[in-house]
Amino acid sequence: MKSAVVVFPGLNRDRDMIAALGTISGRAPAVVWHKETELPDVDLIVIPGGFSYGDYLRVGAIAARSPIMATIRERAAKGVHVLGVCNGFQILTEAGLVPGVLMRNASLRFVCREVRLRVETADTAFTRGYAQGQVITTPVAHHDGNYFADANTLKAIEDNGQVAFRYAEGTNPNGSVNDIAGVLNRERNVLGLMPHPENLIESAHGGLDGRALFAGLLQVA
Amino acid sequence: MTFDNHREITPDLVADHGLKPDEYQKILGLIGRTPTYTELGIFSAMWNEHCSYKSSKKWLRTLPTTGERVIQGPGENAGVVDIGDGQAIVFKMESHNHPSFIEPYQGAATGVGGILRDVFTMGARPVAAMNALRFGAPEHDKTRHLVSGVVAGVGGYGNSFGVPVVGGEVEFDARYNGNILVNAFAAGLVDTDKIFYSKAEGVGLPVVYLGAKTGRDGVGGATMASAEFGDDIEQKRPTVQVGDPFTEKRLLEACLELMATGAVIAIQDMGAAGLTCSAVEMGAKGDLGIALDLDRVPVREAEMTPYEMMLSESQERMLMVLHPEKEAEARAVFEKWELDFATVGITTDDLRFRVTWRGEEVANLPIKELGDEAPEYDRPWTQPTVVAPLAENDIPQMEVAEALLKLVGGPALSSRRWVYEQYDTWIQGNSLQRPGGDAGVIRVDGPNPHKGLAFTSDVTPRYCEADPYEGGKQAVAEAWRNLTAVGAEPLAATDNLNFGNPERPEIMGQLVEAVRGIGDACRALGFPIVSGNVSLYNETNGQGILPTPTIGGVGLIDDWRRSARIGFAGEGECILLVGAPDWWGTHLAQSIYMRDLFGRTDGPPPPVDLAMEKKAGDLVRLLIRDGHASAVHDLSDGGLAVGLAEMAMASGIGAVVNQLEGGDPIPQFFGEDQGRYLVTLKRDFVDTFYDEIYPYAGVFAPWIGNTGGTELVLGKARPIAVTDLRSAHESWFPTYMAGEIAA
Repeated sequence: MKSAVVVFPGLNRDRDMIAALGTISGRAPAVVWHKETELPDVDLIVIPGGFSYGDYLRVGAIAARSPIMATIRERAAKGVHVLGVCNGFQILTEAGLVPGVLMRNASLRFVCREVRLRVETADTAFTRGYAQGQVITTPVAHHDGNYFADANTLKAIEDNGQVAFRYAEGTNPNGSVNDIAGVLNRERNVLGLMPHPENLIESAHGGLDGRALFAGLLQVA
Repeated sequence: MTFDNHREITPDLVADHGLKPDEYQKILGLIGRTPTYTELGIFSAMWNEHCSYKSSKKWLRTLPTTGERVIQGPGENAGVVDIGDGQAIVFKMESHNHPSFIEPYQGAATGVGGILRDVFTMGARPVAAMNALRFGAPEHDKTRHLVSGVVAGVGGYGNSFGVPVVGGEVEFDARYNGNILVNAFAAGLVDTDKIFYSKAEGVGLPVVYLGAKTGRDGVGGATMASAEFGDDIEQKRPTVQVGDPFTEKRLLEACLELMATGAVIAIQDMGAAGLTCSAVEMGAKGDLGIALDLDRVPVREAEMTPYEMMLSESQERMLMVLHPEKEAEARAVFEKWELDFATVGITTDDLRFRVTWRGEEVANLPIKELGDEAPEYDRPWTQPTVVAPLAENDIPQMEVAEALLKLVGGPALSSRRWVYEQYDTWIQGNSLQRPGGDAGVIRVDGPNPHKGLAFTSDVTPRYCEADPYEGGKQAVAEAWRNLTAVGAEPLAATDNLNFGNPERPEIMGQLVEAVRGIGDACRALGFPIVSGNVSLYNETNGQGILPTPTIGGVGLIDDWRRSARIGFAGEGECILLVGAPDWWGTHLAQSIYMRDLFGRTDGPPPPVDLAMEKKAGDLVRLLIRDGHASAVHDLSDGGLAVGLAEMAMASGIGAVVNQLEGGDPIPQFFGEDQGRYLVTLKRDFVDTFYDEIYPYAGVFAPWIGNTGGTELVLGKARPIAVTDLRSAHESWFPTYMAGEIAA
């Protein structure tokens, strides 16, 4: 698998993501600065987590207007897989690449803890390493992870099976509607995900549950 | 705009700058004329307590600061310690107490920002953070607001910057009602051949300003922090700085990129006293003068005066001396990160600190004297009174199980989850032990994938109040013990000394004795102090805080696969009390049991036997490193009962523990005797331990019980379900913060 990690100023889980992709695929991802307009020929584009532009405006809003985003949008339309984690998810919603928005956590506080996630569909490149209905553990660490979509959009998302992961066992940490933790675009090649699978891929992390997401993507030619 | 640099320097103006009349006389003697207004501001910035350590310097010199692994001791932005494989750990702890009380979110946030900057100024990438927070009584009107603001501020800055919080402390005591403590610790990783220092070298080189623009925030902050609070505290809000973690994160990346180009000769962050302090330190250390042209300083507002520019404490700024031929390359790095880059001065050979503004020289001072000739005081101090021990039969009674549930579910010992879940503890992917254990542990990126580092922050202020010498010793010993309890070799420490007004002899006595205790313990345990900070004048309307010399300790783990955690590792394992006195626990005075259940704070704290401390610790570390200890926890607040409860709660596994016949169970279970650890061993190793290791250890280590079941059974006490312990432990903090405990 050839991958690229896109870096915006203020992201801070870029190093975690680069390490995870390198560890699991055995091949270091290309690192692309947000002002670029070119992307190498890759199978997977990742926007990692952090606080692009300090989250000083609406989260992800400024990054979504960076030059690189037009290129990402083109590649996504061609079927290249795009994963946005945490701030990356927020950027994807702001760019319109996945539906919905992420609001401030219902508690109004930053939350960092392990949550349980139920895999809602195994029928995507991102989730085929899991079984449908499987419940896994992942850490979350965010201030704005409260997923929301209007009733029509929500119905469409649910009807099309675009929910990839849901918070399970009463562990919804942020008030997300329908416990949504990860959502796909209609074509199922773009995933926005609030939790951090990249922080749970080695026994040193205290668990391996995040590994299968990347391992599944590895099968992308 | 009218700015009169030659306004009359009246005694009132001098006093407003926190300078005493004799200090002003010293200034007159040094420069041979009346200072200008800007110069007066510069002196007040350099000579305040916060920057000059004028009351504490004499005593700080007595601390051990060297060791085989120490690369840099106190005097730089942070201490540096060798951790092998060409790597070093850079760390320091610093207070942001006064600003955090005035404006908790920004005060705490900029405290975190300041300490992170101290670390990456030396070329290190921050890899771990901790914070030691002390608030007033839970029932005090302001406490919830301060807890909420400080925790959000620490998280808001650190989470955005991207450094994992691995440990810390949160404590409540009415003595912090008017002065909370926010002590922030940061550690960074650097290659030993890529460490950067603040000493400028070379004449005629560009002095470059980097980072954020200079604004009016924080003008006079360090001077404010060097005075007591009175009823006018709300008026001090403008002296608090405003943090911008997004800029700090860019500054980190830009500085590390710039350092890699080889352009940097010297670097100093602008912290307390901003541009003044950073420029003077760089010049004075390198025996050079500095000439600054303030018209080149990037400013947020057009009409800033030179006085404001020199005293601004705007955050996220750096000063560097660069190789002139690399200036273009350096500028490109900063432009990439969209940060200001301006050549604002030049190094000179005249040993003067010269500042010009709009063509006028507004300051011209001898640079060495500004720092080196700062007043130093040998303030009068009184020996703290010796407290009488409790009478032997003075043991207030409570049923053991009831007392334990109250303690683990009370303000002092309840879970701090509500706090640490607001901090990112996973980021960087190297957190091996997150908050909640004895010490935070991270994996070290680099040539040895199994190398780890441990971090802890400790002090027991009520012990320091009762006996500052023993309390100082205890703070060091507990930090050393917590590092040992995860299997680390304690390397070195940083001290953050928080006290009241040093002009009061009894407060000065606390400082002197606590520092003596810290020094003795550091020497005995081979645990030097490599950096630190002193925060005095923590008083409001004459009421001082508890003496609080916080110790931040760092330890090295050769192989993190052989480290220990506090949770019981399995059923049917044997529990040993390593380092116990004959009666397991005996010392009840100053315990949490006495204070929180009976409102008693009389009597002396438990003494620390440093020789025994070392023996017990070395034994525990050996058991961990040889892979025999399956779980380890040191005993501190709440004694044996609380220690066992914490091991049970962390694992969900219960235990049955004996009690000694013929003695009172209260001191056995709740005494806070020092130098003790709980260690679990597999049943089939216990005989080997007692036959082959124990005879040579020189410490008492009785086998006191076994793990198993779902209840904690302490001697003849009513058994308590581990789930009940957990529910009491977890509920206090969230319930309190939701406003549901009047307390």
